[in-house]
Amino acid sequence: MKLEMEKIFIEFPGVKALKGVDFAMKSGSIHALIGANGAGKSTLMKVLSGAYDHYEGEILLDGKAVEIRNPKQAKMLGIDIVFQEVDTALIPYLTVGENIMLDSLANDMGGKHFVNWKQTHKRAKEVLEELHINLPTRRLVSRLTLAEKQMVLIARSLVQKPKFLILDEPTAPLSTAETKELFRVIRNLCSMHGVGIIFISHRLPELFEICEDITVMKDGEFVSCRPIKSTSIKEVVDDMLGGNMVDDYVKKKSVIGEEVLSIRNLTDKEGTLDNASFSVKSGEIVGIAGLVGAGKTELCKTIFGDNTIDSGEIMVNGKLVKPSSPYHAVKEGFALVPEERRKEGVLVEEPVFSNLSAPSLHNFTSLGFLNTKKEKVAAVKMIKDLGIKTPSENQKVALLSGGNQQKVAVGKWLQSNAHVYMFDEPTKGVDVGAKSEIFQLIEGLAERGKAIMYASSEIVEILAITDRVYIMYDNRIVKEVVTSETNEEEIMYYSTGGE
Amino acid sequence: MKNTMVKQKQNKSSLNLLEALNKWGTIVAIVAIIIFFTFMLPDLFLTSSNVVNIFRSISIVTIIAIGLTVSLSVNGFDLSIGSSATLSSSLIISFFIWFNMPLGIALPLAILITLSVAAVNAFLIVKVKIPDLFATLSTMFIFEGVAMTYTGGGSISQGMPRLDGSPTVGTLPKMFTYLGQTPWIIIIMVLVVALVHIFLNHTKHGRYMYMIGGNPEAARLSGIPVKRYRTLAYIISTTFAALGGIILASYIGSAQINAGSGYLMPAVAAAFIGSSFAGKGKPNAIGTFFGAVLVGVLENGLVMMSVPYYSLNIVKGLVLALALASTYYNQKKF
Repeated sequence: MKLEMEKIFIEFPGVKALKGVDFAMKSGSIHALIGANGAGKSTLMKVLSGAYDHYEGEILLDGKAVEIRNPKQAKMLGIDIVFQEVDTALIPYLTVGENIMLDSLANDMGGKHFVNWKQTHKRAKEVLEELHINLPTRRLVSRLTLAEKQMVLIARSLVQKPKFLILDEPTAPLSTAETKELFRVIRNLCSMHGVGIIFISHRLPELFEICEDITVMKDGEFVSCRPIKSTSIKEVVDDMLGGNMVDDYVKKKSVIGEEVLSIRNLTDKEGTLDNASFSVKSGEIVGIAGLVGAGKTELCKTIFGDNTIDSGEIMVNGKLVKPSSPYHAVKEGFALVPEERRKEGVLVEEPVFSNLSAPSLHNFTSLGFLNTKKEKVAAVKMIKDLGIKTPSENQKVALLSGGNQQKVAVGKWLQSNAHVYMFDEPTKGVDVGAKSEIFQLIEGLAERGKAIMYASSEIVEILAITDRVYIMYDNRIVKEVVTSETNEEEIMYYSTGGE
Repeated sequence: MKNTMVKQKQNKSSLNLLEALNKWGTIVAIVAIIIFFTFMLPDLFLTSSNVVNIFRSISIVTIIAIGLTVSLSVNGFDLSIGSSATLSSSLIISFFIWFNMPLGIALPLAILITLSVAAVNAFLIVKVKIPDLFATLSTMFIFEGVAMTYTGGGSISQGMPRLDGSPTVGTLPKMFTYLGQTPWIIIIMVLVVALVHIFLNHTKHGRYMYMIGGNPEAARLSGIPVKRYRTLAYIISTTFAALGGIILASYIGSAQINAGSGYLMPAVAAAFIGSSFAGKGKPNAIGTFFGAVLVGVLENGLVMMSVPYYSLNIVKGLVLALALASTYYNQKKF
């Protein structure tokens, strides 16, 4: 069976996410879909699986136009998706068998009221056996590992006899052994059941291992589709970048001083950071590059005492520190502007002024009482300095735009006496104007002699603002480069597992 | 984005009225209820002696509800306040009657021992990570039982022999009996409300608590020691519940079985009614006070209209449902 998507357009408030994308593949084959962050690959696959009803363009099965406007229609046509966040699709306190048979329990019961559990578990077991997955059907899903949960979801799709199965970054959280097992199951699905697999991943080497064709997307557009045998990692990276992304931000010359932060062999207990070693000097902006899920956030959070340190050393100004919580990290002179701004960075229900004073509230007390007046005076000054667009310092942060919220999230640390500032994707959801203002803010901090870590999956930004870059892949720092001597291709190459 | 903004503007005028009602609904309701009872009970309801009576009757509820307000400010919930009040009232009366302790020792000691409730709460919530509501539900039962076991399942009053039959000689100190009488009971209530108002609004600790209540994750990543402040909130909550229990003991002059448990529901109602007070949208001391006034006025008027005491819970429960509705109705979920 042949699947074709023709001239798919979709728009969200303020963004043209897909601009006339074409995509084609056959069932019984494994097709890679790749692109940099924001290229639109997940959006395209959501269209195919019926998550949106407002796209334009045609979807054809064997040359016949079909209507896919909701997930049910997609499933009826034999198109299913396994999302990266497996937990959202599973019910943890039900058994493996019940979860595998969930769709048929929900839809195929008809007028029946009693469930035939024996039959349900028998059928679930058959499906697992077809895939050669060894998993007791009566085990609770809450006791499974992430990889096993993925298997349950794949088995669930197979119950519905799909023709096409989309796997959205399935390998990102898996270990090498688990990935191998997943690949075995995927190959089995493809060859034994004739399912067409669309495989989204950022890890180029594994795409070259398992896929037959590769489609590259960039900025919501189709770039290329090639058989994997006739291309190379380098060629794919070139396609992903397209060589035309430039940030016209002009960085000031840094004045670099003594070493402020030194990290040696840092590993966390959660298993999301593996043996990281690096250093940042005073006045230096150091980039932490890597794709989404490479471990950049975990690196920042481990240093900030949010993840638990398993082994390794953190030195600030030559002094060994061991932040066991963010509270301690702040005391040791760290500041973190977290990635999830609205969830972690600002208090959306509180006014601007109390957000700005949150980490340095002790500066605004006399005899234990808050001096709200002083707090507001400082807030007004900061609003002016940072160019935060708000009617007043009393405005709720929830009512500000993304860029201005981010300025608040950065601004709140300026009054504290931190030595090391960590920025995790600080320009996410921020418009171009606010972006260069945030860059200026960061440079201002560097000029004051602070040590800066700038974690971002946007290579263009890394190149624009940093002095030196560490590249992360699979929870490890794999490469160190000097910004002025590198380019996008090199960073992308190491970010996608090139060696 | 633009579309939603236009829509917001169109909805604004109708929203304003709704907002105003939400903001000042407590006051409007209090005034309406007062007018209603004044008409229904002329010469009886709006007399100075009855007004004092109302304030006296809400004092204990208010003091206990203020403690609850602090636990709510960190987005917690302390269901064990009623049991804490029972425990402290049993303790202090027994200290006087059984052990003949002076007030200066009995009062702090009763509060200190009652704080074991807070210790268990904090352990279950902060360390074991049981959701606040369930953790305090269990401590509510545990300490109800502890108080009853301590008193031997009975009440304690002056002249009554102890469990083993030995006679008691202790009496309640005069100073202690003043606590539950006007004007002292009302003065204590006002002090408690003022103190917690200042604490929540004019100290950094209060600010931290609201931040933790609003977004614990963001508060934590701002370097605020969240666990420490959540523990503190439960300590404050239990302290005021214990104080309420002590005043209750002074008021009735004895320790009764489960004396404090009846105060849980009106305290919850007062605190939730108070959350919407003046558009604050968060638990606050002044609001809780007015919430208690609303509940108290209603109860007083209904009793005077000879509604039987056993039916009062219907009305009080309805008021609680209404207060919760005003808090939760506008939330966009599901």
